[in-house]
Amino acid sequence: MDFPILSTLIFLPLVSSLFIFISRGQKNNNSAIYISLFSSLATFILSLFVWYSMDYASADFQFLEEQSWINDFIKFKLGVDGISILFIVLTTLITPICIISCINSVKDRVKEFLIAILILETFMIGVFCSLDLVVFYLFFEAGLIPMFLIIGVWGGPRRVYSAFKFFLFTLLGSVLMLVAIIAIYWITGTTDVTQIYEIKIPKEYQNLLWLAFFSSFAVKMPMWPVHTWLPDAHVEAPTAGSVILAAILLKMAGYGFLRFSLPMFPLASEFFTPLIFTLSIIAIIYTSLVALMQEDMKKLIAYSSVAHMGYVTLGIFTFTKQGIEGSVFQMISHGLISAALFLCVGVVYDRLHSRMISTYGGLVNYLPKYSFLFIVFALAGLGLPGTSGFLGEFLVLTGTFQKNYLVAMLATFGVVLGAAYMLWLTKRVIFGVTKNDQIKNLKDVNKSEIIMLGILALLVIFFGFYPVPLMETLNVSVDNLINNYETAIQTNGLN
Amino acid sequence: MINNLNILLPEIFLTLSIFSILMIGVFIKNSFNLIFNLTSLIILLTIAIILNGSNNIEKIFLESFTRDAFSNFFKILILISSLFVLNSSKNFILDNKLAKFEYPIIILLSILGMFFMVSSNDIILFYLGLELQSLSLYILASIDRDNLKSSESGIKYFVLSALSSGLLLYGCSLLYGFTGSTNFDLIANELGKENTGAVFAMVFILVGLAFKVSAVPFHMWTPDVYEGAPTSITSYFAVVPKVAGLAVLIKFMLIPFSKILMEWQTIIIFISIASMILGAVAAIGQKNVKRLLAYSSIGHIGYALAGVATGVISGYESAIVYISIYVVMNIGAFSCLYLLKKDGEYKENISDLSGISKKHPMLAISFLVILFSLAGIPPLGGFFAKFYVFTAVVEQKMYALAIIGLLTTVISAFYYLKIIKTIYFDDSVISFDVTKNKFAQLSIFISCSILLTFFLYPSVLNNVVVTLFLN
Repeated sequence: MDFPILSTLIFLPLVSSLFIFISRGQKNNNSAIYISLFSSLATFILSLFVWYSMDYASADFQFLEEQSWINDFIKFKLGVDGISILFIVLTTLITPICIISCINSVKDRVKEFLIAILILETFMIGVFCSLDLVVFYLFFEAGLIPMFLIIGVWGGPRRVYSAFKFFLFTLLGSVLMLVAIIAIYWITGTTDVTQIYEIKIPKEYQNLLWLAFFSSFAVKMPMWPVHTWLPDAHVEAPTAGSVILAAILLKMAGYGFLRFSLPMFPLASEFFTPLIFTLSIIAIIYTSLVALMQEDMKKLIAYSSVAHMGYVTLGIFTFTKQGIEGSVFQMISHGLISAALFLCVGVVYDRLHSRMISTYGGLVNYLPKYSFLFIVFALAGLGLPGTSGFLGEFLVLTGTFQKNYLVAMLATFGVVLGAAYMLWLTKRVIFGVTKNDQIKNLKDVNKSEIIMLGILALLVIFFGFYPVPLMETLNVSVDNLINNYETAIQTNGLN
Repeated sequence: MINNLNILLPEIFLTLSIFSILMIGVFIKNSFNLIFNLTSLIILLTIAIILNGSNNIEKIFLESFTRDAFSNFFKILILISSLFVLNSSKNFILDNKLAKFEYPIIILLSILGMFFMVSSNDIILFYLGLELQSLSLYILASIDRDNLKSSESGIKYFVLSALSSGLLLYGCSLLYGFTGSTNFDLIANELGKENTGAVFAMVFILVGLAFKVSAVPFHMWTPDVYEGAPTSITSYFAVVPKVAGLAVLIKFMLIPFSKILMEWQTIIIFISIASMILGAVAAIGQKNVKRLLAYSSIGHIGYALAGVATGVISGYESAIVYISIYVVMNIGAFSCLYLLKKDGEYKENISDLSGISKKHPMLAISFLVILFSLAGIPPLGGFFAKFYVFTAVVEQKMYALAIIGLLTTVISAFYYLKIIKTIYFDDSVISFDVTKNKFAQLSIFISCSILLTFFLYPSVLNNVVVTLFLN
């Protein structure tokens, strides 16, 4: 590959954020919005091009880039395979939507907000492209800085508490991963992921290293019981912040499990499967119940995210093709659905400045278009067949049934509970009696809101009926992942 | 002998220049500006002389003075950091009526002391250099003599430092008693044999050195002196003597104590862990930026010592890289303080920073970069400093040290975040004067650019540092 397309993809948003920084026209923010919209769309198109020109039949990493970096022994290595490209496209799709959303919702320091979003995009794409542990860690951690500022500067009343909780929780989880990365370097002599796949880490180290990585991914995922930062962060973050957090940042952990934990420590992954299953089941059932009790719409969706992520971890650690493909699909679809739900909350929040369910009721009479879209996403969120939410959960459950009936049974309860809280939310917000007079004067969704929500609704329904593009991309990479895992288990980690 | 004098050329030049500008100061009235500028010139010339000289290892005066790549690197680091510290604080010095012509001269004298410290290959020469540096620092701490706090900090520093120097000297004399020599190389040979008495000597010397770099449990003077001394002096204290102290520490480990690795390693590990923990925990409650930076510097010395504690060359290298990046960050942080001027008075409370992001966006973003870098968050320079240190630590299988170290970074991240919170999340209270402090702005700019772009080529420092240990 001659042209460094992945580096371009990563650094395009960063460069354009520099342009915004330089453009000092303080009076109106139009130029900043146009620059950021243009650059994020360009990044999106570029990522689509990468997706289009990939070879799906090959499980190897493609568009490889290598650059000597730290002391000649750690390389700045980038590359994509069938799994990571989907997350990259998700990232580049969600970013322009966030930028559109902030036209309505962010009134203060717009320019700084856009800069933060674009820098965050750079780090997020970097996470999904990196094929070196240190590079991965660099991008993974760096994302904390812009997110901390987004929550803290543009957030709600308890923003300081939430921002600190978010930052410190994630950092605490990650430092152990850093120790593990350095330890891997001294054990195998490299931090290049593809080489580590070949070398195979000795059995005696795997469990500890797996736990160190797990501590980071579990916080980020977030898994029960370290999920408590997420509702706080979601509630206080501005709409665009919540969207990015739910749609992309949470997916980094699931991606991390697939890219690092599973292939690098197959024996440990096998060993810790019961732990993951237990935590996932607790997450699915317990947080669904918690979601039922919420008074705050954003908090409800946040808890539902934790439950949905429970399916993801469950699916990954079934080590079956359905399970893993289902997990990836679930992550992508959750990225679209939760983003859309947070945008929906943002739409009414911009108008009434309340996230409480009790404020609303009977919206269907006054905001018909909005209500339609809201119901589409709520149904997708509960996994109605015909939406992308269904397929992910279905595949994960199919995978789980092959491994463990009891776990699968319990997980299926989660689907029922998911339907319960989503439908109840819809009933209270969209239907019912209008008690609040202000609702009668509300304006229905405007053009930009229709664009963002419409695109997401179309994608959610499209992938619900026709998941082939995603599955085709995934297929070979997932097969390869499972093959390597099974070989490792059979040979007991020996070469 | 005379032919070899060019080994000493930087020191000779520095000494003569100091005497000359002292004369100028005595005979010309109101000569602060002139002397200040001459001082900068002298520093630049000394850098040029060192760069022009050779890096080959050469010893002179009965092998008591070494010139090699190691000492040259540290001399240049000391000079460059002094240059930035001095020039960015010029406005502060003038505003606070500290513009005495002795000020820059004493700084130069302390630099001369450090030169001898890093170049010494003999206990006596080392001690002389250390005392020249310390005496200069006592005066500097109390240079604002009408200010109660400044005088107090000078006295405090003097008393405690004199005590530690006494211990150090006692250690030196024990070392001489047990090994029969004052020369580092000869001592190293003697210590190879069974020599219990020398361990006592080593402990005393380590105590003295730990005091100079303000490592726990010999850190008590640091917060008070940092807070009491004028900011321009504090920034000097926070940067330059630390560099020299660490250089000497590494040198002691490298030559005289190289054969009693096990004994000193335990002590350094303890000091390192204690410094990291105290630096992280004690800073949380601080309200004064200078006091906070004092605790933060204690923590950072802990990380650098973690590199030293490995007892291998790669560990020393990582400690040197760490201290270099630490210097960059601290120069930036203190330069920011020089811009916090309101009605002729410099603010130094964290609460004064409240909401400056609205009125001073550039200052706020510089603070942001420097603070996140101090906290060691990637992709900033501070992360790579920590990365190198912990790579070396894990290489020696010292997992406990690595894990404690990284956990303390999380705790210390909390107080750095608190400052960022004050800057970005809180409401604006004070609008600072627009200061025309070009050099402070320049050093902030340089510091931030280095920290921001370090990830593009992170091995740049390592490539230099590796050459220091080739012989």
